[in-house]
Amino acid sequence: MADQQAAASPQRRLSPRQKQRISRGIQYGVLLVIVVVLALLADWPAIKESFLSSKVAGEGLPALFTVALKNTVIYTISGFVIGFALGLVLALMRQSSVAPYRWIAAGYVEVFRGLPALLIFLLIGSLPLAFPGFQVPGEVYGQAALGLGVVSAAYMAETFRAGLQAVPKGQMEAARSLGMPHMRAMVSIVIPQAIRIVIPPLTNELVLLFKDSSLVLFLGVTASQVELAKFGNDQASTFANPTPILVSGLTYLLITIPLGYAARRLEARQGASR
Amino acid sequence: MSTVEIRKLHKSFGKLEVLKGIDFSVESGQVVCVIGPSGSGKSTLLRCVNLLEQPTSGQVFVDGIELTHPDVDIDAARRRLGMVFQQFNLFSHLTVLRNVAIAQERVLKRSRAEAVRVARENLEKVGLSEKAESYPAQLSGGQQQRVAIARALAMNPSLMLFDEPTSALDPELVGDVLQVMRKLAEDGMTMLVVTHEMGFAREVADRVVFMDQGVIVEDGPPEQVISAPQHDRTREFLHRVLHPGV
Ligand SMILES: Nc1ncnc2c1ncn2[C@@H]1O[C@H](COP(=O)(O)OP(=O)(O)OP(=O)(O)O)[C@@H](O)[C@H]1O
Ligand SMILES: [Mg+2]
Repeated sequence: MADQQAAASPQRRLSPRQKQRISRGIQYGVLLVIVVVLALLADWPAIKESFLSSKVAGEGLPALFTVALKNTVIYTISGFVIGFALGLVLALMRQSSVAPYRWIAAGYVEVFRGLPALLIFLLIGSLPLAFPGFQVPGEVYGQAALGLGVVSAAYMAETFRAGLQAVPKGQMEAARSLGMPHMRAMVSIVIPQAIRIVIPPLTNELVLLFKDSSLVLFLGVTASQVELAKFGNDQASTFANPTPILVSGLTYLLITIPLGYAARRLEARQGASR
Repeated sequence: MSTVEIRKLHKSFGKLEVLKGIDFSVESGQVVCVIGPSGSGKSTLLRCVNLLEQPTSGQVFVDGIELTHPDVDIDAARRRLGMVFQQFNLFSHLTVLRNVAIAQERVLKRSRAEAVRVARENLEKVGLSEKAESYPAQLSGGQQQRVAIARALAMNPSLMLFDEPTSALDPELVGDVLQVMRKLAEDGMTMLVVTHEMGFAREVADRVVFMDQGVIVEDGPPEQVISAPQHDRTREFLHRVLHPGV
């Protein structure tokens, strides 16, 4: 019926192409209005002074890289290593024929995915209350690795589980038929293939961890243990100028954007080879 | 002593009884081909022989050792059996050479040098020496299946199990794989082969076993089972296989 009407009065009807053009015109219009309003409202000299002060930014060098970025990388990588190992163990526990192992692993994942990472860091600081005399080795570095590790392990466990399930059943059967015990077949055949499959999502997890490393600030760090976010914040209060926060942000992006890009590239390549 | 002996083998998946009492044996050096319609339990039978499936009841003996005995070390027992799958199942993260070497090292505890030597020997046997450094994904299906045969042979099995080794292959690649299997048979390997290749069965098999609905219907030399079947079910099946589309 609509077709008939359109055919009857072609003059008053807009073709899909015309409609599209009008819709796009409206969207550009809205965008332009918002930009102009923001530009008029903003106090440009003040912004330049507060956020783009090259003098204040320069004060942060070279510590921005030699201390803050270095520590951020250390916290991230040590947390990733612990999360990777623990996540793999949890994923294997979920496949165990011993039911309590499956329950423990499933419970762990639920609990640690459901809690804010911040809460974990606050709890880690209080561990000595539960276990008098207990010290996480490596002080803040150890605590940070533990905190980031236990949180990311919950996510990585789910990723590994998907990866293990994605390895065709025939791989295990072929390994067993060659006389490999179950454990041997897992270690030599199934796990290496599962890890290949999960490299792209694990790269994304690394990006998340890199950002979460800012939570280390709640462990109470000294000047030499400071990471990017706290470094920016401290500098900002010292100079009463928020430029260092912006600089810290840019430094995060320096790492996270290439990593995210690499993850997408790896994903695309895997998609193509399957 | 038979290489394989199967007694009163039953296998059920839940309520579905797939094998309903199988008795037969394969003598050393014999080639036995198993034929039968889809779903008749051929794969399940093969998988029960190397305990990839746990039989519901019955016994499986290989070289006189009862694999179904509760105390038997199944991983040790499986070393006597080579298995070739329809889908090849090469280890996709390893090169061809590593595919053939890895179980020798991990299971038989051969040194790496020894394992590589044996691997190259067996790759030579299946005509793929020049592919040693390739990955499985870089090979044709027929080449992958020949690597899978080399991988099984490298473990010096006393029996080779083949589950429709050519069914996943393009027609023009079937011949190379059958040629390798023919050569194996000539060299005296004991083989239990599930196949739809009647030409191969007629030419190479010492015995042909026809299975239907979980039982062995007919068991005898190929001249008899394929060319002059005694049972209606066998005749009907062969008619369908040999005259597809009729
Ligand atoms: N793991 C399993 N769980 C449940 N049922 C199964 C399982 N494996 C096989 N079956 C069933 O057992 C029956 C026999 O299967 P099997 O694979 O042994 O047949 P086949 O003779 O090899 O057939 P084909 O020629 O199609 O390969 C089928 O009905 C199948 O659906
Ligand atoms: Mg089958």
